[in-house]
This record gives sequence, structure tokens and C-alpha cells, in this order.
Amino acid sequence: MLRAERLAAQRGGVTLFANVEFALGPGEALLVTGANGSGKTTLLKIVAGLAQPDAGTLDWRGAAVAPFAAEARATTLYIGHATALKDELTAEENLISLARLHGAAADAATVNDALRAWTLEPQRALPARVLSQGQRRRIGLARLRLVRRPLWVLDEPATALDAAGVATLQALLAEHLAQGGIAVIATHQDLALPAGSRRTLQLR
Amino acid sequence: MTPFDAVVADAPPGGVWQGAAWALARDLKLALRSRPELGVLLLFYVIVVTLFPLGVGAEPALLHALGPGVLWVAALLASLLSLPRLFASDFADGTLEQIALSPYPLPALISGKIAAHWASTGLPLVVISPLLGLQFGLAGDELVVLALGLLLGTPTLSMLGAIGAALTLGARGGGGLLALLILPLYVPILIFGAGAVDAMRGGLAASPQLSLLGAALIAAAVGAPLATSAAVRIALD
Repeated sequence: MLRAERLAAQRGGVTLFANVEFALGPGEALLVTGANGSGKTTLLKIVAGLAQPDAGTLDWRGAAVAPFAAEARATTLYIGHATALKDELTAEENLISLARLHGAAADAATVNDALRAWTLEPQRALPARVLSQGQRRRIGLARLRLVRRPLWVLDEPATALDAAGVATLQALLAEHLAQGGIAVIATHQDLALPAGSRRTLQLR
Repeated sequence: MTPFDAVVADAPPGGVWQGAAWALARDLKLALRSRPELGVLLLFYVIVVTLFPLGVGAEPALLHALGPGVLWVAALLASLLSLPRLFASDFADGTLEQIALSPYPLPALISGKIAAHWASTGLPLVVISPLLGLQFGLAGDELVVLALGLLLGTPTLSMLGAIGAALTLGARGGGGLLALLILPLYVPILIFGAGAVDAMRGGLAASPQLSLLGAALIAAAVGAPLATSAAVRIALD
């Protein structure tokens, strides 16, 4: 259960949002929309445990979320706007490295599955530096198959993805929610989610 | 009750060694893939050291007196030059966020990064320093003490530097600020490191200075990862 009460955040002395409230149970996803600069990324960073709200509380699994708390780090997967890829490493090395950082085993079979699901097999041995924006995004999202976490926090996951990529993302989300997972997603484009799982939040 | 409750219960508690090993292995691999950059750093060290005989003249007694100090000052500058490598690219591409959100303890991950940084930037300086010491006419046992001092001192430089590198993340003009912040902290290491060779030259044992360098290394190994972690978290907030 993820519950936010009267959350507020400021950046550079300007209030981005105030009195944001939501409650998500198992199998529910929150789509956060809003204009550029409305505070979507800041809200997601607060949910992921990277930043502190200026006011309000955020409860996750019955305890208040403090930035970088061990409990939150073990239960949350945050995929931010930056791709966290190293240009010197290949697509496959990047994926394995990021998965291991989150404590996942990342054995060969699972990694192959993830690469195939995101149609990254032809690029697996290429250094990330030569990959396109969409392919880099796919490597980041391929982690969703390798790292099992009940809470997904995804910042603009569909950016630079083609139609097939968006379909793969939606299928993964549906599977995650069906297993009782929770997702908080900032997005500019509408994502198809299973009936009854969709919650929305408009920041202004 | 969802299938995830079992997953969460299985999460690795702590995992200090796995965390440090992950960071060490990844950063060493990255260092191996960017060898030209490391070569430039080593070349910088060689050139700075070589400039002194050209500048002060080829008087053997003078060079012999200057040698240890010059090699140590050049090592400090090379260490300073290498520090932005430690966190800046991870900060820019979002990896540092992922590192700070990893279930492994952040100080363990940072320790691994610092160890890899020293192995790829500090260790080559230690290895090449006896060769450069010959330029200054240092004798065999002086070269041994010099290399031993650098071996004990350069990891401390990497650790102290890590604190400064993390504190200046995202700051404008970070490079100059880093130098102002870190060079004063390097002073004791410089004094004991160069002092070890001087002591031995004066007929005394070098062991007190080397022991102090060792003590500084241990103190930094305990404190620096914790301080650096705190600074990284501040930079990300």
C-alpha cells in the first residue's frame, strides 16, 4: 500500500505542487500527468526515496518513506529520465551491471529473455555509445524483467519508444499489476492499462 | 498477501562485500575501456616531474634534495586531476541515482569505486615513481622508501579526494573548488611522504613517517566512505 497525504514540494523557492494525495493498493498504477515543469519528476523522486517532500507524508508498506531508507531501496525500482548507461559497455553488459546493482542474479537465461522481449538481441554486443535513443531506453526498461520489486517508479518510460516498444511496456505493466505490484508512472502519452487498475493524478 | 511479499523477504540483507565487489569490478572494467584517458594522466605525472630538472638546472646536489618533494607534489596534482572521473560521469548519466537506490549499503559501493579509482590512477604512479626518482639521482634505498610512501599515501589521497569530488558534484566551477577544498587536506600526506625519504637521507629511520602514513590510510578507510556517502546523498537530493 502506497499512500501520500498532503505532499508538497518546492524547487528554487517556487512551489511545484501542494496537497497531492493518492492511495494505491496492490495491482494499481498511478499515471502522473502535467505540463513541463509541473513537478512530475520531483514527485517521482520523492516516491522513489531520492528526495524529501517539503510537507506531507508518504507511507509505503505501513512505514513513512525517508530518503534512501533501506526498506524502500529493497522494494522499489526507479527508472529515471537519465538512462544510467555507460557508453563504454555493451548493451548486454549495461543490462547485467544494472540488474546486479539491484541485487538480481541476472543469469544468462533471464538476460537472454529480457533482451529478446525488447528486441535488443542484434545490438547486445554493441557499445551503448552507438545505440539510438530508443534502444538506450529499451535497455533501461529491460531491467523490469530482471529486477523483481513490488513498486515501480517510472519517469517518462515511453519517451523515444516506438509502437512495439510501448506495447511491450504495457504488457509488462499488466503482468506486474496482475501479480499485485504497484506502479507510479509520469507520462505525456496515454498508456493502456488493465481495467480497474488505472488511477490518474494531474499536476498543474 | 501478494507474490511480492516473498520476494521482499528474500532481499539480501546488507551485502557489504557484494556491493563493494560490484563497484570495483564495474569501475575497473570501465577504466580498462578508457585506457587512453589513464595514459594521459600518467603522462601528466611524468611531464610535471621532468619539468623540474629542466627548470632548476642539472645541479646533482640540488636535484637530489628536491627529488622526493617534486615526486610527491606531482602525485598530488595527478590525483587531483583524476578526481572528477570518480563521480562526475555517473552523476551526469543517472548511474549515481541507481547506485544510491541500490539495496547494497552506499558506503560499500563507494569503497569499491574508490578502490578501483586508486588501482587505475594511483597504482600506476607508484609503479613508475622509482624510474622517475632516478632522474633526481635518488639512491636504491631512497627509491624503495619513496615507492613505499606513495603506496601507503596515494590510496589516502583517493579517499580524501572522493569526499571533495562528491561535495562539489553539480557545483559550477567544480574543478577549481575541488582543488581549494582538497589540496589543504593533502598537506599532511605530502609532509610525511616526502619526509620519509628525507629522514632516511639524514641517517634516521623512515618507519615513523611510514607508520603515520599507514595510520592516515586506516583512518581514511574508515571515515571517507561514510563522509562521501553523505555528500553523494546531498548532491542527489
